[in-house]
Amino acid sequence: MSNLTVESVSKTYPGHSARDEPVLALDDVSFHVEDHEFCSVLGHSGCGKTTLLMMMAGFEQPSRGRILVDAKPIGNPTWQRSIVFQDYALFPWMTVQENISFGLEMKRIPSAERLEIIRRNIQLVGLAGFENRYPHQLSGGMKQRVSIARALAVDPKVLLMDEPFAALDAQNRALMQEEMGRILASSDIKQRKTMILVTHSIDEAVILSDRIIVLTRRPGRVKANVLVDLPRPRSEESPGFIALKRQIRDLIHDEFEIES
Amino acid sequence: MTKGATTVRPAPGFLARLAGKIGNLGLIAVLLCVWQYVSVTVLDSTSRVLLPPPTTIFAAAWELLSSGELLRHTRDSLKREMVAFLWASVSIPIGIAMGWWRGVERQLDPLMEMLRPIPPLAWIPLSILWFGIGDQQNQFIIFLGIFFPILLNTINGVKGIEVNLIRAARCLGASEGDILWRIVVKAAMPQIVTGVRVGLGVGWMALVAAELVGANSGLGFLINDARTVLRTDFIIVGMATIGLVGLLIDQAIRELGRRLLPWSQVMSR
Repeated sequence: MSNLTVESVSKTYPGHSARDEPVLALDDVSFHVEDHEFCSVLGHSGCGKTTLLMMMAGFEQPSRGRILVDAKPIGNPTWQRSIVFQDYALFPWMTVQENISFGLEMKRIPSAERLEIIRRNIQLVGLAGFENRYPHQLSGGMKQRVSIARALAVDPKVLLMDEPFAALDAQNRALMQEEMGRILASSDIKQRKTMILVTHSIDEAVILSDRIIVLTRRPGRVKANVLVDLPRPRSEESPGFIALKRQIRDLIHDEFEIES
Repeated sequence: MTKGATTVRPAPGFLARLAGKIGNLGLIAVLLCVWQYVSVTVLDSTSRVLLPPPTTIFAAAWELLSSGELLRHTRDSLKREMVAFLWASVSIPIGIAMGWWRGVERQLDPLMEMLRPIPPLAWIPLSILWFGIGDQQNQFIIFLGIFFPILLNTINGVKGIEVNLIRAARCLGASEGDILWRIVVKAAMPQIVTGVRVGLGVGWMALVAAELVGANSGLGFLINDARTVLRTDFIIVGMATIGLVGLLIDQAIRELGRRLLPWSQVMSR
Protein backbone atom coordinates (compact mmCIF):
# COMPACT_ATOMS: atom_id res chain seq x y z
CA MET A 1 0.00 0.00 0.00
CA SER A 2 1.00 3.60 0.20
CA ASN A 3 2.09 6.35 2.49
CA LEU A 4 1.47 10.04 2.07
CA THR A 5 3.58 13.02 3.06
CA VAL A 6 2.53 16.63 3.28
CA GLU A 7 5.69 18.72 3.19
CA SER A 8 5.59 22.40 4.29
CA VAL A 9 2.44 23.07 2.28
CA SER A 10 1.10 26.62 2.18
CA LYS A 11 -1.81 27.90 0.14
CA THR A 12 -2.46 31.54 -0.62
CA TYR A 13 -5.51 32.81 -2.46
CA PRO A 14 -5.49 36.14 -4.26
CA GLY A 15 -8.05 38.59 -2.84
CA HIS A 16 -11.34 39.18 -4.61
CA SER A 17 -10.17 42.42 -6.16
CA ALA A 18 -6.67 43.57 -7.03
CA ARG A 19 -6.51 45.87 -4.00
CA ASP A 20 -7.33 43.09 -1.51
CA GLU A 21 -4.59 41.45 0.50
CA PRO A 22 -3.95 37.83 -0.57
CA VAL A 23 -5.55 35.36 1.85
CA LEU A 24 -3.34 32.76 3.53
CA ALA A 25 -5.48 29.61 3.89
CA LEU A 26 -2.84 27.10 4.95
CA ASP A 27 0.52 27.90 6.50
CA ASP A 28 3.46 25.48 6.45
CA VAL A 29 1.48 22.28 7.04
CA SER A 30 3.55 19.12 7.39
CA PHE A 31 2.64 15.60 8.45
CA HIS A 32 3.14 12.03 7.38
CA VAL A 33 0.55 9.27 7.01
CA GLU A 34 1.82 5.69 7.18
CA ASP A 35 0.75 2.72 5.08
CA HIS A 36 -2.72 1.41 6.03
CA GLU A 37 -3.22 4.31 8.37
CA PHE A 38 -6.57 6.07 8.84
CA CYS A 39 -5.76 9.73 9.35
CA SER A 40 -8.27 12.46 10.21
CA VAL A 41 -7.66 16.11 9.55
CA LEU A 42 -9.72 17.90 12.18
CA GLY A 43 -10.47 21.60 12.28
CA HIS A 44 -13.06 24.34 12.32
CA SER A 45 -14.84 25.22 9.15
CA GLY A 46 -12.78 27.62 7.13
CA CYS A 47 -9.43 26.31 8.37
CA GLY A 48 -8.47 25.14 4.90
CA LYS A 49 -8.91 21.40 5.47
CA THR A 50 -10.98 20.83 2.33
CA THR A 51 -8.42 22.86 0.37
CA LEU A 52 -5.76 20.53 1.73
CA LEU A 53 -7.75 17.47 0.57
CA MET A 54 -8.26 18.94 -2.90
CA MET A 55 -4.51 19.49 -3.12
CA MET A 56 -3.93 15.86 -2.14
CA ALA A 57 -6.26 14.83 -4.96
CA GLY A 58 -4.45 17.10 -7.42
CA PHE A 59 -7.31 19.51 -8.14
CA GLU A 60 -5.43 22.42 -6.60
CA GLN A 61 -1.74 23.22 -6.38
CA PRO A 62 0.06 24.24 -3.17
CA SER A 63 1.47 27.77 -3.28
CA ARG A 64 4.53 26.41 -1.49
CA GLY A 65 5.67 22.96 -0.42
CA ARG A 66 4.63 19.64 -1.92
CA ILE A 67 2.64 16.49 -1.39
CA LEU A 68 4.15 13.07 -1.93
CA VAL A 69 2.68 9.59 -2.24
CA ASP A 70 5.26 6.83 -1.74
CA ALA A 71 7.95 9.54 -1.78
CA LYS A 72 6.93 10.67 -5.29
CA PRO A 73 5.36 14.11 -5.86
CA ILE A 74 1.74 13.76 -6.93
CA GLY A 75 0.56 14.96 -10.32
CA ASN A 76 -2.88 15.37 -11.88
CA PRO A 77 -5.98 13.77 -10.38
CA THR A 78 -6.06 9.99 -10.87
CA TRP A 79 -7.91 6.92 -9.60
CA GLN A 80 -4.90 6.28 -7.36
CA ARG A 81 -6.31 8.98 -5.07
CA SER A 82 -10.08 8.66 -5.27
CA ILE A 83 -12.46 10.92 -3.37
CA VAL A 84 -15.67 10.53 -1.39
CA PHE A 85 -17.46 13.88 -1.55
CA GLN A 86 -19.69 15.43 1.08
CA ASP A 87 -22.50 15.86 -1.48
CA TYR A 88 -21.94 12.27 -2.81
CA ALA A 89 -21.40 13.48 -6.42
CA LEU A 90 -23.09 10.37 -7.81
CA PHE A 91 -23.89 10.39 -11.52
CA PRO A 92 -27.70 10.74 -11.46
CA TRP A 93 -28.22 9.05 -14.85
CA MET A 94 -26.42 5.90 -13.74
CA THR A 95 -27.76 3.17 -11.48
CA VAL A 96 -25.88 2.14 -8.35
CA GLN A 97 -24.14 -0.60 -10.32
CA GLU A 98 -23.25 1.72 -13.22
CA ASN A 99 -21.88 4.34 -10.84
CA ILE A 100 -19.53 1.82 -9.29
CA SER A 101 -18.67 0.42 -12.70
CA PHE A 102 -17.66 3.81 -14.14
CA GLY A 103 -14.18 3.95 -12.62
CA LEU A 104 -13.55 0.32 -13.55
CA GLU A 105 -14.47 1.01 -17.18
CA MET A 106 -12.11 3.98 -17.16
CA LYS A 107 -9.39 1.60 -15.91
CA ARG A 108 -10.23 -0.79 -18.80
CA ILE A 109 -10.91 -3.68 -16.48
CA PRO A 110 -12.48 -6.60 -18.41
CA SER A 111 -16.20 -6.95 -17.82
CA ALA A 112 -16.20 -10.33 -16.06
CA GLU A 113 -13.72 -9.09 -13.50
CA ARG A 114 -15.63 -5.83 -13.25
CA LEU A 115 -18.84 -7.56 -12.17
CA GLU A 116 -16.99 -9.42 -9.45
CA ILE A 117 -15.42 -6.21 -8.08
CA ILE A 118 -18.79 -4.45 -8.16
CA ARG A 119 -20.48 -7.32 -6.33
CA ARG A 120 -17.80 -7.36 -3.63
CA ASN A 121 -17.98 -3.63 -3.01
CA ILE A 122 -21.77 -3.52 -2.98
CA GLN A 123 -21.63 -6.28 -0.37
CA LEU A 124 -19.03 -4.38 1.65
CA VAL A 125 -21.18 -1.25 2.02
CA GLY A 126 -24.39 -3.25 2.53
CA LEU A 127 -26.25 -2.30 -0.65
CA ALA A 128 -27.06 -5.75 -2.02
CA GLY A 129 -30.48 -5.63 -3.71
CA PHE A 130 -30.17 -1.96 -4.68
CA GLU A 131 -27.92 -2.46 -7.72
CA ASN A 132 -30.44 -1.16 -10.24
CA ARG A 133 -31.73 1.85 -8.31
CA TYR A 134 -31.00 5.36 -9.44
CA PRO A 135 -29.44 7.77 -6.93
CA HIS A 136 -32.64 9.82 -6.60
CA GLN A 137 -34.36 6.67 -5.33
CA LEU A 138 -31.89 6.33 -2.43
CA SER A 139 -31.66 7.99 0.99
CA GLY A 140 -28.68 10.19 1.87
CA GLY A 141 -26.99 7.43 3.82
CA MET A 142 -27.37 4.97 0.97
CA LYS A 143 -26.03 7.49 -1.54
CA GLN A 144 -22.94 7.93 0.58
CA ARG A 145 -22.50 4.14 0.69
CA VAL A 146 -22.56 4.08 -3.11
CA SER A 147 -20.03 6.87 -3.21
CA ILE A 148 -17.72 4.98 -0.86
CA ALA A 149 -18.10 1.76 -2.88
CA ARG A 150 -17.40 3.65 -6.10
CA ALA A 151 -14.23 5.20 -4.69
CA LEU A 152 -12.99 1.90 -3.24
CA ALA A 153 -13.76 -0.15 -6.36
CA VAL A 154 -10.99 1.45 -8.41
CA ASP A 155 -8.54 0.17 -5.79
CA PRO A 156 -6.90 3.53 -4.99
CA LYS A 157 -3.61 3.88 -3.16
CA VAL A 158 -5.14 6.54 -0.95
CA LEU A 159 -8.84 7.12 -0.23
CA LEU A 160 -9.69 10.77 0.37
CA MET A 161 -12.92 11.66 2.21
CA ASP A 162 -14.29 15.20 2.43
CA GLU A 163 -16.69 15.40 5.39
CA PRO A 164 -18.48 12.35 4.01
CA PHE A 165 -21.11 12.14 6.76
CA ALA A 166 -21.71 15.85 7.36
CA ALA A 167 -24.78 16.06 5.12
CA LEU A 168 -26.55 13.14 6.84
CA ASP A 169 -29.04 13.45 9.69
CA ALA A 170 -27.77 12.67 13.18
CA GLN A 171 -28.96 9.04 13.30
CA ASN A 172 -27.62 8.14 9.88
CA ARG A 173 -24.34 9.84 10.65
CA ALA A 174 -23.86 7.84 13.84
CA LEU A 175 -24.81 4.66 11.98
CA MET A 176 -22.37 5.30 9.14
CA GLN A 177 -19.55 6.15 11.56
CA GLU A 178 -20.21 2.98 13.49
CA GLU A 179 -20.35 0.90 10.32
CA MET A 180 -17.18 2.46 8.94
CA GLY A 181 -15.55 1.65 12.29
CA ARG A 182 -16.69 -1.96 11.92
CA ILE A 183 -15.33 -2.24 8.39
CA LEU A 184 -12.01 -0.87 9.65
CA ALA A 185 -12.01 -3.22 12.65
CA SER A 186 -12.89 -6.34 10.70
CA SER A 187 -10.64 -5.80 7.71
CA ASP A 188 -7.15 -7.18 7.75
CA ILE A 189 -4.77 -4.34 8.56
CA LYS A 190 -2.49 -5.32 5.69
CA GLN A 191 -5.41 -5.11 3.24
CA ARG A 192 -6.60 -1.78 4.48
CA LYS A 193 -6.26 1.35 2.34
CA THR A 194 -4.49 4.45 3.49
CA MET A 195 -7.36 6.80 4.21
CA ILE A 196 -7.56 10.50 4.86
CA LEU A 197 -10.72 11.95 6.37
CA VAL A 198 -11.42 15.64 6.61
CA THR A 199 -13.92 16.42 9.36
CA HIS A 200 -15.00 18.92 11.99
CA SER A 201 -16.47 16.21 14.23
CA ILE A 202 -14.29 15.20 17.17
CA ASP A 203 -16.38 12.04 17.72
CA GLU A 204 -15.96 10.97 14.14
CA ALA A 205 -12.20 11.49 14.26
CA VAL A 206 -11.79 9.57 17.51
CA ILE A 207 -14.03 6.65 16.46
CA LEU A 208 -12.23 6.10 13.16
CA SER A 209 -8.65 7.36 13.24
CA ASP A 210 -5.21 5.95 13.83
CA ARG A 211 -3.88 9.47 13.66
CA ILE A 212 -5.54 12.84 14.15
CA ILE A 213 -4.09 16.05 12.75
CA VAL A 214 -5.62 19.05 14.53
CA LEU A 215 -5.49 22.24 12.50
CA THR A 216 -5.64 25.78 13.86
CA ARG A 217 -8.09 28.37 12.63
CA ARG A 218 -7.31 30.39 9.55
CA PRO A 219 -4.63 30.22 8.49
CA GLY A 220 -4.54 26.47 9.07
CA ARG A 221 -1.40 25.24 10.83
CA VAL A 222 -0.78 21.86 12.43
CA LYS A 223 -1.69 22.33 16.08
CA ALA A 224 -1.26 18.72 17.13
CA ASN A 225 -0.43 15.36 15.59
CA VAL A 226 -2.08 12.76 17.83
CA LEU A 227 -1.53 9.02 17.46
CA VAL A 228 -4.59 7.06 18.55
CA ASP A 229 -3.83 3.73 20.10
CA LEU A 230 -7.26 2.44 21.09
CA PRO A 231 -8.45 -1.09 20.26
CA ARG A 232 -11.10 -1.48 17.51
CA PRO A 233 -14.03 -1.50 17.36
CA ARG A 234 -14.02 1.43 19.73
CA SER A 235 -16.48 1.84 22.54
CA GLU A 236 -17.55 5.38 23.22
CA GLU A 237 -17.85 4.58 26.93
CA SER A 238 -14.29 3.32 27.43
CA PRO A 239 -12.09 5.55 29.62
CA GLY A 240 -9.43 5.79 26.90
CA PHE A 241 -11.96 7.03 24.38
CA ILE A 242 -13.36 9.66 26.76
CA ALA A 243 -9.90 10.86 27.78
CA LEU A 244 -8.79 11.24 24.19
CA LYS A 245 -11.97 13.06 23.25
CA ARG A 246 -11.38 15.50 26.10
CA GLN A 247 -7.78 16.03 25.05
CA ILE A 248 -8.79 16.82 21.47
CA ARG A 249 -11.64 19.02 22.59
CA ASP A 250 -9.28 21.08 24.74
CA LEU A 251 -6.97 21.53 21.76
CA ILE A 252 -9.86 22.73 19.62
CA HIS A 253 -11.30 24.94 22.38
CA ASP A 254 -8.00 26.74 22.91
CA GLU A 255 -8.25 27.64 19.32
CA PHE A 256 -11.72 29.03 19.78
CA GLU A 257 -10.63 31.28 22.64
CA ILE A 258 -7.68 32.71 20.78
CA GLU A 259 -10.06 33.68 18.04
CA SER A 260 -12.71 35.33 20.26
CA MET B 1 -47.81 -3.14 11.59
CA THR B 2 -51.36 -4.03 12.51
CA LYS B 3 -53.13 -5.97 9.85
CA GLY B 4 -56.36 -4.61 8.46
CA ALA B 5 -56.07 -1.37 10.44
CA THR B 6 -55.65 0.74 7.35
CA THR B 7 -57.61 0.63 4.14
CA VAL B 8 -55.79 1.57 1.00
CA ARG B 9 -58.03 3.25 -1.51
CA PRO B 10 -57.45 1.66 -4.92
CA ALA B 11 -56.21 3.95 -7.67
CA PRO B 12 -59.16 5.11 -9.83
CA GLY B 13 -59.65 3.02 -12.97
CA PHE B 14 -59.39 4.28 -16.51
CA LEU B 15 -63.10 4.99 -16.93
CA ALA B 16 -63.28 6.83 -13.61
CA ARG B 17 -60.33 8.99 -14.59
CA LEU B 18 -61.86 9.69 -18.00
CA ALA B 19 -65.14 10.68 -16.36
CA GLY B 20 -63.23 13.05 -14.07
CA LYS B 21 -61.45 14.63 -17.04
CA ILE B 22 -64.73 15.11 -18.92
CA GLY B 23 -66.26 16.64 -15.80
CA ASN B 24 -63.54 19.30 -15.88
CA LEU B 25 -64.77 20.41 -19.31
CA GLY B 26 -68.03 21.82 -17.87
CA LEU B 27 -67.10 25.48 -18.27
CA ILE B 28 -66.03 24.95 -21.86
CA ALA B 29 -69.36 23.24 -22.63
CA VAL B 30 -71.25 26.19 -21.15
CA LEU B 31 -69.20 28.70 -23.15
CA LEU B 32 -69.84 26.73 -26.36
CA CYS B 33 -73.58 26.85 -25.65
CA VAL B 34 -73.46 30.63 -25.03
CA TRP B 35 -71.48 31.06 -28.25
CA GLN B 36 -74.03 29.00 -30.18
CA TYR B 37 -76.91 31.01 -28.69
CA VAL B 38 -75.33 34.42 -29.37
CA SER B 39 -74.33 33.51 -32.90
CA VAL B 40 -77.70 32.04 -33.92
CA THR B 41 -80.21 34.30 -32.18
CA VAL B 42 -78.49 37.60 -31.28
CA LEU B 43 -76.34 38.31 -34.33
CA ASP B 44 -77.88 39.29 -37.65
CA SER B 45 -76.98 37.28 -40.72
CA THR B 46 -74.12 39.58 -41.79
CA SER B 47 -72.42 39.49 -38.40
CA ARG B 48 -72.99 35.75 -38.21
CA VAL B 49 -70.59 35.38 -41.12
CA LEU B 50 -67.87 36.91 -38.91
CA LEU B 51 -68.66 34.67 -35.93
CA PRO B 52 -70.27 31.45 -37.14
CA PRO B 53 -71.82 29.19 -34.46
CA PRO B 54 -69.92 26.11 -33.24
CA THR B 55 -72.21 23.79 -35.23
CA THR B 56 -71.11 25.46 -38.47
CA ILE B 57 -67.49 25.17 -37.40
CA PHE B 58 -67.80 21.46 -36.64
CA ALA B 59 -69.39 21.02 -40.07
CA ALA B 60 -66.49 22.93 -41.63
CA ALA B 61 -64.02 20.79 -39.72
CA TRP B 62 -65.70 17.68 -41.09
CA GLU B 63 -65.62 19.11 -44.59
CA LEU B 64 -61.91 19.94 -44.39
CA LEU B 65 -61.11 16.55 -42.84
CA SER B 66 -63.08 14.45 -45.29
CA SER B 67 -61.64 16.28 -48.29
CA GLY B 68 -58.16 15.57 -46.91
CA GLU B 69 -57.31 19.26 -47.14
CA LEU B 70 -56.74 19.73 -43.42
CA LEU B 71 -54.43 16.73 -43.23
CA ARG B 72 -52.45 17.92 -46.26
CA HIS B 73 -51.88 21.36 -44.77
CA THR B 74 -51.03 19.91 -41.36
CA ARG B 75 -48.57 17.50 -42.97
CA ASP B 76 -46.87 20.33 -44.90
CA SER B 77 -46.54 22.45 -41.78
CA LEU B 78 -45.21 19.55 -39.72
CA LYS B 79 -42.71 18.68 -42.42
CA ARG B 80 -41.36 22.25 -42.40
CA GLU B 81 -41.10 22.17 -38.61
CA MET B 82 -39.21 18.87 -38.69
CA VAL B 83 -36.76 19.91 -41.42
CA ALA B 84 -36.09 23.18 -39.61
CA PHE B 85 -35.59 21.27 -36.37
CA LEU B 86 -33.04 18.96 -37.98
CA TRP B 87 -31.03 21.97 -39.14
CA ALA B 88 -31.47 23.77 -35.84
CA SER B 89 -30.20 20.81 -33.85
CA VAL B 90 -26.65 21.90 -34.72
CA SER B 91 -27.27 24.27 -31.81
CA ILE B 92 -26.78 21.29 -29.47
CA PRO B 93 -23.09 20.64 -30.29
CA ILE B 94 -22.48 24.39 -30.59
CA GLY B 95 -24.07 24.95 -27.19
CA ILE B 96 -22.04 22.16 -25.60
CA ALA B 97 -18.82 23.61 -27.04
CA MET B 98 -19.75 27.11 -25.87
CA GLY B 99 -20.61 25.89 -22.39
CA TRP B 100 -17.52 23.73 -22.00
CA TRP B 101 -14.67 25.68 -23.63
CA ARG B 102 -14.22 29.29 -22.53
CA GLY B 103 -12.41 30.18 -25.74
CA VAL B 104 -15.26 29.02 -27.97
CA GLU B 105 -17.76 30.93 -25.87
CA ARG B 106 -15.70 34.12 -25.98
CA GLN B 107 -15.63 34.04 -29.77
CA LEU B 108 -19.22 32.98 -30.43
CA ASP B 109 -21.04 34.79 -27.66
CA PRO B 110 -20.85 38.34 -29.15
CA LEU B 111 -22.13 37.01 -32.48
CA MET B 112 -25.02 35.14 -30.86
CA GLU B 113 -25.90 38.10 -28.66
CA MET B 114 -26.13 40.29 -31.74
CA LEU B 115 -28.41 37.90 -33.65
CA ARG B 116 -30.55 36.66 -30.79
CA PRO B 117 -32.57 39.83 -30.05
CA ILE B 118 -33.78 40.01 -33.67
CA PRO B 119 -37.20 38.30 -33.67
CA PRO B 120 -37.42 35.50 -36.27
CA LEU B 121 -40.36 37.32 -37.87
CA ALA B 122 -38.16 40.33 -38.60
CA TRP B 123 -36.25 38.08 -41.00
CA ILE B 124 -39.32 37.43 -43.14
CA PRO B 125 -38.83 40.25 -45.71
CA LEU B 126 -35.15 39.49 -46.22
CA SER B 127 -35.74 35.75 -46.34
CA ILE B 128 -38.43 36.15 -49.02
CA LEU B 129 -35.89 38.00 -51.17
CA TRP B 130 -33.28 35.33 -50.49
CA PHE B 131 -35.34 32.17 -50.84
CA GLY B 132 -38.56 33.29 -52.57
CA ILE B 133 -41.97 32.01 -51.48
CA GLY B 134 -42.09 28.40 -50.32
CA ASP B 135 -40.56 25.72 -48.16
CA GLN B 136 -37.02 27.05 -47.89
CA GLN B 137 -38.06 30.49 -46.75
CA ASN B 138 -40.48 29.05 -44.19
CA GLN B 139 -37.92 26.60 -42.89
CA PHE B 140 -35.38 29.39 -42.48
CA ILE B 141 -37.78 31.39 -40.27
CA ILE B 142 -38.69 28.34 -38.21
CA PHE B 143 -35.00 27.44 -37.91
CA LEU B 144 -34.33 30.84 -36.33
CA GLY B 145 -37.17 30.28 -33.89
CA ILE B 146 -35.91 26.86 -32.81
CA PHE B 147 -32.17 27.55 -32.81
CA PHE B 148 -31.77 30.03 -29.97
CA PRO B 149 -33.91 28.41 -27.27
CA ILE B 150 -32.01 25.13 -27.76
CA LEU B 151 -28.65 26.93 -27.82
CA LEU B 152 -29.26 28.91 -24.64
CA ASN B 153 -30.64 25.93 -22.75
CA THR B 154 -27.74 23.75 -23.81
CA ILE B 155 -25.18 26.35 -22.69
CA ASN B 156 -26.95 26.73 -19.35
CA GLY B 157 -27.19 22.96 -18.97
CA VAL B 158 -23.46 22.51 -19.48
CA LYS B 159 -22.51 25.42 -17.24
CA GLY B 160 -24.87 24.29 -14.51
CA ILE B 161 -23.18 20.90 -14.06
CA GLU B 162 -21.96 20.47 -10.50
CA VAL B 163 -18.20 20.86 -10.24
CA ASN B 164 -17.99 17.79 -8.03
CA LEU B 165 -19.50 15.55 -10.73
CA ILE B 166 -16.64 16.50 -13.04
CA ARG B 167 -14.13 16.10 -10.23
CA ALA B 168 -15.55 12.72 -9.27
CA ALA B 169 -15.20 11.53 -12.86
CA ARG B 170 -11.66 12.85 -13.07
CA CYS B 171 -10.52 11.16 -9.87
CA LEU B 172 -12.06 7.91 -11.11
CA GLY B 173 -9.65 8.06 -14.03
CA ALA B 174 -11.81 9.57 -16.79
CA SER B 175 -9.98 11.22 -19.68
CA GLU B 176 -11.06 14.60 -21.08
CA GLY B 177 -12.95 12.83 -23.87
CA ASP B 178 -14.72 10.51 -21.42
CA ILE B 179 -15.72 13.50 -19.31
CA LEU B 180 -17.18 15.34 -22.29
CA TRP B 181 -19.11 12.36 -23.69
CA ARG B 182 -20.04 10.40 -20.61
CA ILE B 183 -20.52 13.19 -18.07
CA VAL B 184 -21.06 16.62 -19.64
CA VAL B 185 -23.41 15.58 -22.44
CA LYS B 186 -25.41 13.27 -20.16
CA ALA B 187 -25.66 15.73 -17.29
CA ALA B 188 -26.83 18.52 -19.60
CA MET B 189 -29.41 16.31 -21.35
CA PRO B 190 -32.51 17.27 -19.31
CA GLN B 191 -31.86 20.93 -19.99
CA ILE B 192 -31.23 20.20 -23.68
CA VAL B 193 -34.59 18.42 -23.93
CA THR B 194 -36.22 21.41 -22.24
CA GLY B 195 -34.56 23.59 -24.90
CA VAL B 196 -35.97 21.37 -27.65
CA ARG B 197 -39.45 21.70 -26.14
CA VAL B 198 -39.28 25.47 -25.90
CA GLY B 199 -37.63 25.70 -29.33
CA LEU B 200 -40.26 23.62 -31.10
CA GLY B 201 -42.94 25.78 -29.49
CA VAL B 202 -41.33 29.02 -30.67
CA GLY B 203 -40.68 27.42 -34.06
CA TRP B 204 -44.35 26.47 -34.39
CA MET B 205 -45.36 30.07 -33.77
CA ALA B 206 -42.83 31.32 -36.29
CA LEU B 207 -44.04 28.72 -38.78
CA VAL B 208 -47.60 30.01 -38.80
CA ALA B 209 -46.37 33.58 -39.28
CA ALA B 210 -44.02 32.56 -42.08
CA GLU B 211 -46.80 30.67 -43.84
CA LEU B 212 -49.19 33.61 -43.57
CA VAL B 213 -47.03 35.57 -45.95
CA GLY B 214 -44.73 33.20 -47.77
CA ALA B 215 -46.31 29.85 -48.56
CA ASN B 216 -48.71 28.04 -50.87
CA SER B 217 -49.67 25.41 -48.31
CA GLY B 218 -49.65 24.77 -44.59
CA LEU B 219 -51.96 25.74 -41.76
CA GLY B 220 -50.86 29.39 -41.82
CA PHE B 221 -51.62 29.52 -45.54
CA LEU B 222 -54.97 27.79 -44.96
CA ILE B 223 -56.27 30.43 -42.55
CA ASN B 224 -54.96 33.35 -44.59
CA ASP B 225 -56.40 31.89 -47.78
CA ALA B 226 -59.77 31.38 -46.06
CA ARG B 227 -59.72 35.04 -45.07
CA THR B 228 -59.65 36.15 -48.70
CA VAL B 229 -62.84 34.21 -49.38
CA LEU B 230 -64.43 35.11 -46.04
CA ARG B 231 -64.62 31.50 -44.79
CA THR B 232 -64.43 32.37 -41.08
CA ASP B 233 -65.40 28.80 -40.21
CA PHE B 234 -62.29 27.52 -42.00
CA ILE B 235 -60.18 30.14 -40.24
CA ILE B 236 -61.38 29.00 -36.83
CA VAL B 237 -60.88 25.32 -37.70
CA GLY B 238 -57.34 26.16 -38.85
CA MET B 239 -56.61 28.10 -35.66
CA ALA B 240 -57.88 25.24 -33.51
CA THR B 241 -55.73 22.78 -35.46
CA ILE B 242 -52.64 24.96 -35.01
CA GLY B 243 -53.23 25.02 -31.27
CA LEU B 244 -53.92 21.30 -31.06
CA VAL B 245 -50.84 20.29 -33.05
CA GLY B 246 -48.65 22.64 -30.98
CA LEU B 247 -49.97 21.01 -27.82
CA LEU B 248 -49.37 17.51 -29.20
CA ILE B 249 -45.76 18.34 -30.14
CA ASP B 250 -45.14 19.63 -26.62
CA GLN B 251 -46.70 16.54 -25.03
CA ALA B 252 -44.72 14.23 -27.31
CA ILE B 253 -41.38 15.81 -26.37
CA ARG B 254 -42.31 15.68 -22.71
CA GLU B 255 -43.20 12.00 -22.93
CA LEU B 256 -40.00 11.29 -24.86
CA GLY B 257 -37.99 13.08 -22.16
CA ARG B 258 -39.66 11.01 -19.46
CA ARG B 259 -38.89 7.77 -21.30
CA LEU B 260 -35.29 8.62 -22.23
CA LEU B 261 -34.31 10.32 -18.96
CA PRO B 262 -36.07 8.35 -16.22
CA TRP B 263 -33.55 9.62 -13.70
CA SER B 264 -34.39 13.26 -14.27
CA GLN B 265 -37.14 15.13 -12.49
CA VAL B 266 -37.16 17.92 -15.07
CA MET B 267 -39.86 16.35 -17.26
CA SER B 268 -42.20 15.33 -14.49
CA ARG B 269 -44.05 18.65 -14.45
